[in-house]
Amino acid sequence: MSGRVLVGVKRVIDYAVKIRVRPDKTGVVTDGVKHSMNPFCEIAVEEAVKLKEKKLIKEVVAVSCGPQQAQETIRTALAMGADRGIHVEVTGKDYDTLGPLQVSKILAALAKKEDAQLVILGKQAIDDDCNQTGQMTAALLDWPQGTFASEVSMEGDKVKVVREIDGGLETVKINIPAVVTADLRLNTPRYATLPNIMKAKKKKIANVKPADLGVDLTSRLEVLRVDEPPQRQAGMKVETVDDLVGKLKETGHI
Amino acid sequence: PAAFPCPVSFPPLQTYSEEESMMREKYAQERIAPLVSKMDENSAMDEEVIKSLFEQGLMGIEIDPEYGGTGSTFFSSILVIEELAKVDPSVAVLCDIQNTLINTLFANLGTPVQKEKYLSRLSTDMVGSFCLSEAESGSDAFSLKTRAEKHKDYYIINGSKMWISNAEHAGVFLVMANVDPSNGYRGITCFIVDRDTEGLEICKKENKLGLRASSTCPLNFDNVKVPEKNILGQVGHGYKYAIGMLNEGRIGIASQMLGLAQGCFDHTIPYTRQRVQFGKRIFDFQGLQHQIAHVATQIEAARLLTYNAARLKEAGKPFIKEACMAKYFAAEVATLTTSKCIEWMGGVGFTKDYPIEKFYRDCKIGTIYEGTTNIQLSTLAKFIDKEYDH
Repeated sequence: MSGRVLVGVKRVIDYAVKIRVRPDKTGVVTDGVKHSMNPFCEIAVEEAVKLKEKKLIKEVVAVSCGPQQAQETIRTALAMGADRGIHVEVTGKDYDTLGPLQVSKILAALAKKEDAQLVILGKQAIDDDCNQTGQMTAALLDWPQGTFASEVSMEGDKVKVVREIDGGLETVKINIPAVVTADLRLNTPRYATLPNIMKAKKKKIANVKPADLGVDLTSRLEVLRVDEPPQRQAGMKVETVDDLVGKLKETGHI
Repeated sequence: PAAFPCPVSFPPLQTYSEEESMMREKYAQERIAPLVSKMDENSAMDEEVIKSLFEQGLMGIEIDPEYGGTGSTFFSSILVIEELAKVDPSVAVLCDIQNTLINTLFANLGTPVQKEKYLSRLSTDMVGSFCLSEAESGSDAFSLKTRAEKHKDYYIINGSKMWISNAEHAGVFLVMANVDPSNGYRGITCFIVDRDTEGLEICKKENKLGLRASSTCPLNFDNVKVPEKNILGQVGHGYKYAIGMLNEGRIGIASQMLGLAQGCFDHTIPYTRQRVQFGKRIFDFQGLQHQIAHVATQIEAARLLTYNAARLKEAGKPFIKEACMAKYFAAEVATLTTSKCIEWMGGVGFTKDYPIEKFYRDCKIGTIYEGTTNIQLSTLAKFIDKEYDH
């Protein structure tokens, strides 16, 4: 067992920012807007670092795909305890159309190259809410997957994952190597302490191009239009129950 | 000096090294903000907050990693203090005193034994206090009366100190006492006094207008026996150390006031953009716009003065004049900003349900401690006078 865990970290618009749609309706405004690590990716990093602290795995490698700024996100992962980083350089048009399919191809290639025994990802990104990358990566690698994890434990050559599903909690045991995606309650990510931020400076971030991994970034999707959600309509006040029933019938609700 | 990521040879003052950029963390907002109101009301710092400051490595920012510190720069300390002050100036001052006064004194003057004993504690779990002021000596610091009488290989300290910050939680006190009053201020010596030393009494903390969560206590020294090896630096050089450290501490306070002003401002503007009167946002009234723009400019000026003083110090260049300017100006800006913010918030600004009134109360000490505004101005005048000495 390599004892190596690959963690994907995505740079997204900070969760606290009020999103605005670009006037040309092609996307949202990202220029000058605060970005940070996707919260579910933080949880993924935390889980990987915890496994290392428990000595169940040996090395945590943080991966991010994107332009130069993706390195900031990797640095944050390093400051949280990841050992080294890999920056997969994707810029311009390729970055605009970068989606789960392309990222999962990249992660699958890296997982093989790095001989990873686990790939831990956030369940979804807060910008596109796709919830696909983990699943696609597992499929491309033909590895088992434990998604929506609220608990992860290593049991020899298997991983036990407690999954949050609609009906409650489902526990699965899957063979290593495997893909796990982190859900909200898996853990509480640590703050990067100042000493760790300083140490992170010395950790290595390797630069890789998708072509080096033999990955084709062509998108199969075309974004036609991005719009704001419809404005919430004002409610109506009525005097009696009869009025209420009348109004509901009128507007076709019953 | 840190490597700037900017290709131009003279980067703007607000250029940060990579690690400095990472200092602006969510930690203060998430861990400290929820406790601020309660700490202010109870006039008590939450122990968990102090513990988390240590855990985050914020109490030993410049201390060498060999002593468990973060091994970062003075400018990083300034940024941390600013960020903390945006959330709670009381927490910021605890961090400021530790980093700019206590740690610096030990790091610069400590013998290897003293450094070994104290620096590792200061970076991990022990708070320090700096004891200079007395009831009868504030600005006139060197007229202090606390006496240290020499015996064979120890000193006996008698006297009292006042206005000592961090005293409630400090494990070590750096006490300025005079070993030879006949020699005036040249007798002032810096003593390391551990908290549990017999005869040291930490009295009841002051009930203050602002910075309430920061403990400010009188101290009594009743025949406190301190071994000779607990002298920090040289006998009779204490006055020099005090002046030296306070020059740096000045920049720290400037940063605290800067963060205070910015934090207060950041809480207020969203309200002005939301509050509608006479059919428009109050932000859209020209009267408000002009006031807001003016205050924003003052804050920016205070920021540049503070950052420049810090960078000058880091570069080993003379910085005392700039430090005085930064502290004096930032304190004034904090007073202006908080006062205006209450006005802009209207009635709600006047209630304790909103954080604004606390910033207003907290800012006042800025013009008083670590060198009153009048002292800063007099010092500045001396520098200016000298500059024109051709």
